[in-house]
Amino acid sequence: MTQFGQREGEWVRDLLAEAGEACLDDAGVHPDAVEHLYVSNMASGEFEGQTGVPNALAHDLACMPAYTARIDQTSSSGGAGIYAAWQSVASGASDMTMLVGGEKMTHRSTAEATDVIASLTHPVEYKHGVTLPSFAGLTARLYLSTYDAPRESLARVAVKNHQNGVDNPHAQFRKEVDLDTVMESPIVADPLRLYDFCPITDGSAALMFCPESVAKEYTDEYAVVSGIGGATDTHVVHERADPTTMRGVVESSDIAYEMAGLGPEDVDVAELHDMFTILEFLQSEDLGFFEKGEGWKAVDAGKTDRDGELPINTSGGLKSKGHPLGASGVAQAYEIYQQVLGGAGKRQVDADVGLACNVGGFGNCVTTTILERETA
Amino acid sequence: MSESTDANDREPSMDAARYPDGSITYPAHPIGPGGEEPVETVDLSEYEAEVVTWTTSTATPPGVRQPNSLAIVEFDVDGEPVRAIGQLTTDDVAIGDTVEPVYAEELRDPGAGIREPESQEWDGYRFRSVE
Repeated sequence: MTQFGQREGEWVRDLLAEAGEACLDDAGVHPDAVEHLYVSNMASGEFEGQTGVPNALAHDLACMPAYTARIDQTSSSGGAGIYAAWQSVASGASDMTMLVGGEKMTHRSTAEATDVIASLTHPVEYKHGVTLPSFAGLTARLYLSTYDAPRESLARVAVKNHQNGVDNPHAQFRKEVDLDTVMESPIVADPLRLYDFCPITDGSAALMFCPESVAKEYTDEYAVVSGIGGATDTHVVHERADPTTMRGVVESSDIAYEMAGLGPEDVDVAELHDMFTILEFLQSEDLGFFEKGEGWKAVDAGKTDRDGELPINTSGGLKSKGHPLGASGVAQAYEIYQQVLGGAGKRQVDADVGLACNVGGFGNCVTTTILERETA
Repeated sequence: MSESTDANDREPSMDAARYPDGSITYPAHPIGPGGEEPVETVDLSEYEAEVVTWTTSTATPPGVRQPNSLAIVEFDVDGEPVRAIGQLTTDDVAIGDTVEPVYAEELRDPGAGIREPESQEWDGYRFRSVE
């Protein structure tokens, strides 16, 4: 994956090519061998006026005549790309599929970028100026009130993930923040403050998918997608009976757990979509790691710290690593891949099974992926 | 469109849809939660609602008032719950407060954002606290 952050002078094609080339090098795969090439990207046309990026990437990396497609599922484009790449291999359509996720965003103002992302909302939401951060504020207030959680518990998510990000060389922010800094930062969507939100980011990440029989020709150690599930929830967020439950997370993880023959208790490390701190609580509960309303207590007790019983967001999460929309789901799985193969450096935890949960919209679309280490 | 004006040129209605199983959604969908098409329209502007949750957003997109206070509210339409989202007329609210819809001709500047102005309506209902 590329460095995440403000990549001045580099555009979506440059970022995708950088991550794609690094992936080919790392896997030892010649561009000729790539049969399918998927690009996870939400809005290169809207952000940059560049469309047709999969074909552009195929040409830039000499992967022709590979079949290409762009996968847009908003913030969960990366997870949806994993699903598509897995499907291409599982169906027998491709023996070598490269997935590259990327987004170029930082040349836009915060207001413009927020509007591009908010354009996923229904007209009855959009006309009121509803944004993704405002959904987070609405949900956070309800969660804190319903489960009697202190405001500081959300701040602890930011503190933890920033701490993890310090040791991730690809992270946008490699800087610790303390509780007071989070609690005193400006209000963005009451009760949430600046440090409850991920930044706007440029970046790209890539993964290579192939059948195990092919993987063994290239390496002695690899990760298998042992479970994957995708699901949707309502487009109109207020129509959900319980806004503090993300049905897409529940449904997609049920599918992934069943496919893997595993349960939440078997997961050693997880990357969750902490676009906003509140989302880490919701996912940690809806994935079955903790009881409903107890996710905040787990963070408070240090259970999700890097040295806790279930480390969450060892990469620094979207919060610290950054959130280049289409890249994020791929980068989550990249972190899990590194963790189960023992390549996470200072961030390394003891993990054979890892899970990545990638959320689009405000839980509108979700992909949950389980990776396990395999030895040839 | 979600709002419509009757022949007497009164304020537009806030149209929700009722489906054969009794469920009501705002906005209307071509097919409802039970898998059937709507059978009638319900004007939510005639009802009061309860605040489920609210926020005040200070980082707003182009063409949106700043700050922008928003609430998810729940109407009780003859025993059937139906939720909506909308701007608040004030940030002096709490979960559980009673509010009523109040019409606004333009909720945000249609020309300032990314969405095609002709593709949707820009008027609608804010929510005002009921004393």
